[in-house]
Amino acid sequence: MGETSFDLMSLFWMLVRIIAIFAGVMTMVPILIWMERKVVAMFQFRIGPNRLGPFGAMQPLADALKLIMKEDITPAGVDRFIYFLAPLLAMVPALLAAAVIPFGPASWTRITDLNHSVLYTFLLASLGVYAITLAGWASNNKYSLMGALRSAAQMISYELGMGLSLITVVMLTGTFSLREIVEQQHLLGWNVFRAPTMFIAFLVFFIAGIAETNRAPFDLAEAETELVAGFHTEYSSFKFAMFFMAEYVNMVIFSAIATTLFMGGWSGPGVNFQPAAYDAAGALVTPATVVGGWPFVLLGVFYFVAKIFFFLFTYMWIRATLPRFRYDQLMNFGWKRLVPISLANIFLVAMFIAWRRDWF
Amino acid sequence: MAKTVPGMGIIKGMGRTLKHALGTTFGKEQITVSYPEQEKPRPHRFRGRHILNRYENGLEKCIGCSLCAAACPAEAIWVEAAENDPENRVSPGERYAARYEINMLRCIFCGYCEEACPTGAVQLGYDYKMVDQQDVQQDWSSRDNFIFVKEQMLVEPGQGKPDPLSQALDERLKQNPNHDRVW
Repeated sequence: MGETSFDLMSLFWMLVRIIAIFAGVMTMVPILIWMERKVVAMFQFRIGPNRLGPFGAMQPLADALKLIMKEDITPAGVDRFIYFLAPLLAMVPALLAAAVIPFGPASWTRITDLNHSVLYTFLLASLGVYAITLAGWASNNKYSLMGALRSAAQMISYELGMGLSLITVVMLTGTFSLREIVEQQHLLGWNVFRAPTMFIAFLVFFIAGIAETNRAPFDLAEAETELVAGFHTEYSSFKFAMFFMAEYVNMVIFSAIATTLFMGGWSGPGVNFQPAAYDAAGALVTPATVVGGWPFVLLGVFYFVAKIFFFLFTYMWIRATLPRFRYDQLMNFGWKRLVPISLANIFLVAMFIAWRRDWF
Repeated sequence: MAKTVPGMGIIKGMGRTLKHALGTTFGKEQITVSYPEQEKPRPHRFRGRHILNRYENGLEKCIGCSLCAAACPAEAIWVEAAENDPENRVSPGERYAARYEINMLRCIFCGYCEEACPTGAVQLGYDYKMVDQQDVQQDWSSRDNFIFVKEQMLVEPGQGKPDPLSQALDERLKQNPNHDRVW
């Protein structure tokens, strides 16, 4: 959608979309807190929360209330400005990334469409590490600082593998726009299956994503057993809640990006999408439409959310299964396994594209 | 195969945990219970709060011999015996326990009193919830209230704890009729 007209109505609808998507992403947080506790309980032969509401569904509300009612402690000796800034820095980039994700086939299901949205999301994802590093530094606590250092080192070693696996997607689709990537997948099949070695890129991307969101088994930055609580040791009350929410928002955003890049986004059986048609001069002939109108757009959104939940479940599944990596194992894995593998994969995918040039 | 392909161990482990998760949700693998509503069955030989048994005709089994008090390593039991009135008997023997008190704060639930008892009067029952409950009218705010008196521990005839050994043997015999011969 290339509308750049800033009349009042389009501004209004833009605001409505922003609020709706912001609310949607934030609603995912309590759902995820509940889901995580239930799913991990399942994996540990337990029942999980079942006192508040049906199946314990009101548990996140109680958790949130408890966190907000707690005393907000600012320890002596902290760098106050950075100490207050860090939780915001954790939250804001995570939410900003939602701006370019195509939640559905129609233009009203996304906030905007940048033609370099892949780079934009990648940029915001790497900004998240600043929150952790600054929180650890500003806390003036040795455990926090250790967590921050680990997080920084982890980011550097994983972002590379992640970027290299992203390149294969861009090579296949020939675009940096998330919208176009999904539309291509809708017409040509999911990116995981488009080249024989694309599943390697997907695996590398997913592993790096777990590291990116600081989830088990790569939760070295918080490592309860070693570092008390890592970078958020000195945070309490709502500032801690901000880190907590940011972790879940990051999970949602990362799952959304993984779905968009590799698993076909909103595409699925029943969604009949007609891409926009252009004439030889590049002028728009017919705009992109979804056959059947808004019910089918919502069906696309449903597919997208279902795929996101598949990823989120996998997150929890991995957390319930694998023990935490040791610091040096993590670095070894990042630099000596993921980077060479994704480099080789770029080569393989490039060969495949050259061989089957007529497919692309 | 599992050793040679990198990542196979992770895949195997993930499969195992998923199997258990499904078993917990849809099968019978779940090992915790919703405690106040459900309780886990106690084993036959569980040692909980004491009970004082009666014979079928309602007479108390306790004859006030104080052997339980002598056996008690924590000195938690206090027994005072009195002569039975032949017209209005409390127990079948010469004497009965006029006072029978157990200090539950001293008791270590070792079961020596049960072993020492010549008539099977005192037994360690299945109740372990010696905390404030809505259905038990007991005030736990004072230490004095943890000294259980005879009336609190006496149970109706036939309500006693079954002999754990014979019970266990019955269970085994039910499963395998030849069990006693094998044993």
